[in-house]
Amino acid sequence: MAEDGQYEERRSGEQKPQHVAPEAEPEVQASKAQESEAQATVVPPNVGPAGEPIRVVTPTEHKRMNRRQLLKLVPVVAVGAFAIPKFRQPLLDEGLALSDWASGRLFSRHRLAQTFSSSEVVPFERFPYNFYDVADPGVDLDTWTLKVQGLVQHPGEYNLEQIQALPKIVQNTRHVCVEGWDVIGNFGGARASDFLRLIGADTSARFLEAQCADGYYESIDMATMLHPQTLFCYEMYGQPLDRGHGAPLRLQMPTKIGYKQAKYLLSVSVTNVLQGDRRGYWEDQGYSWYGGL
Amino acid sequence: MATIAATVKPAETTATVTVSYEHPWVVRMAHWLNAVAVFVLIGSGLRIFRAFPSFGPKIPQQDFIDVPGQLTIGGWLGGALQWHFTFMWIFIGSGLMYVIYELATGHWRQVLFTARDIKGVWPMARHYFLFGPKPEVDAAYNPLQKLAYTSTIFFGLVSTLTGMVLYKPAQFWWLAWPMGGFHFARIWHFIAMCGFLAFIPGHLIMVALHGWNNFYSMVTGWKRDPEYLG
Repeated sequence: MAEDGQYEERRSGEQKPQHVAPEAEPEVQASKAQESEAQATVVPPNVGPAGEPIRVVTPTEHKRMNRRQLLKLVPVVAVGAFAIPKFRQPLLDEGLALSDWASGRLFSRHRLAQTFSSSEVVPFERFPYNFYDVADPGVDLDTWTLKVQGLVQHPGEYNLEQIQALPKIVQNTRHVCVEGWDVIGNFGGARASDFLRLIGADTSARFLEAQCADGYYESIDMATMLHPQTLFCYEMYGQPLDRGHGAPLRLQMPTKIGYKQAKYLLSVSVTNVLQGDRRGYWEDQGYSWYGGL
Repeated sequence: MATIAATVKPAETTATVTVSYEHPWVVRMAHWLNAVAVFVLIGSGLRIFRAFPSFGPKIPQQDFIDVPGQLTIGGWLGGALQWHFTFMWIFIGSGLMYVIYELATGHWRQVLFTARDIKGVWPMARHYFLFGPKPEVDAAYNPLQKLAYTSTIFFGLVSTLTGMVLYKPAQFWWLAWPMGGFHFARIWHFIAMCGFLAFIPGHLIMVALHGWNNFYSMVTGWKRDPEYLG
């Protein structure tokens, strides 16, 4: 190692540096003689562990050196801003925004989420019902239509038959809840990208907003809406969606976390602007908006 | 400068201190940023765990442990996630900062635990915990220190990789495979935290035993009258 080389060089040259504490010499020499095999790792007496020369300084100089180094740790103190109530939430919002931004950069429309064999799918009875208010908001399934608005060529009301007329995709994918649990389920529906084409959506727009029959609301980035595994889902386990799982139509995105998968859809809107306080039911309370998996 | 030094010097020739630069700036910076990050990540992680304190299925749910809310950070799941997703950057950033620095400077040789160090661990542990004789140490770090510090890097690596799988399972599903799958990633993530929890008390006790001078060297880098000079 460089330090040892330096040390040996100085020793052989008999240039004992003046600032080395003299009493250190015999002791180190003795231990060196005893353990010749450990020679390679002996700490040189004139060089500190970081490879810097040991120095003999005045107390004033010592204080000055300490102060200088202390100032260089200011970035650590900056982290202390998280302890100040006034700055805390804005900083955490920035942190979450950074994570969301990185998540969006990581996402590729062409990278598919893992799909599973039917033996890995959890039985329907063990697929949890998850809702924020009521399991069944009482949608009238006979008269239900999906209202389409915003940046689309064909706004209006769409019924389930029109959505079911699109090519049907069935996939076994993982549903991941923000709480930490997950289930592999079987989902069937129309590709969101096919539906967006049907309604003549401007796919260069940034978001799709969704309103639900239970008052829930969501907004999804367009890249995810165009992902080939993103479905307008009307079936689970080969059966029409039951009321608890969001009948008659829900979002199903294996690249998004559970709370993004809006159920009981009533209307969708293609837009470039999200209202600040209407980004999503949980997001407005502090969850990540991107919610990507 | 020269004139000032010349005038000051005669008066202070007797009062001098020997100082050694123990910890370079990058190491100290990484250490303290990481210390804060680990504290926040464990606190918020335990709050996140409270939302589903199990490693099994959702149905039927069998809780593993009940973490008291007072020991957690964030107040609720959403708040804890904000802390977690913010400080993970500081954790990874400071970790990379340290590892890259150690590799670039060759200092890793002083601190990396290798097969040669195995035989020295027990005598050192016996000295610290059972008041055995103090083994001769002729390196910057003794074998027990190397084991402790190297294991924190390992825990950091495991918590980062498992964290990536938990955060982005659809993107990093291939990374879950060597861990035993998505569910095991969550278990390993928890175990890595336990590793940090095992390291921290021992580390703090050692810091307390070695006194202010040693502690302060991790703050300013400079250690006064280093013990290895006798």
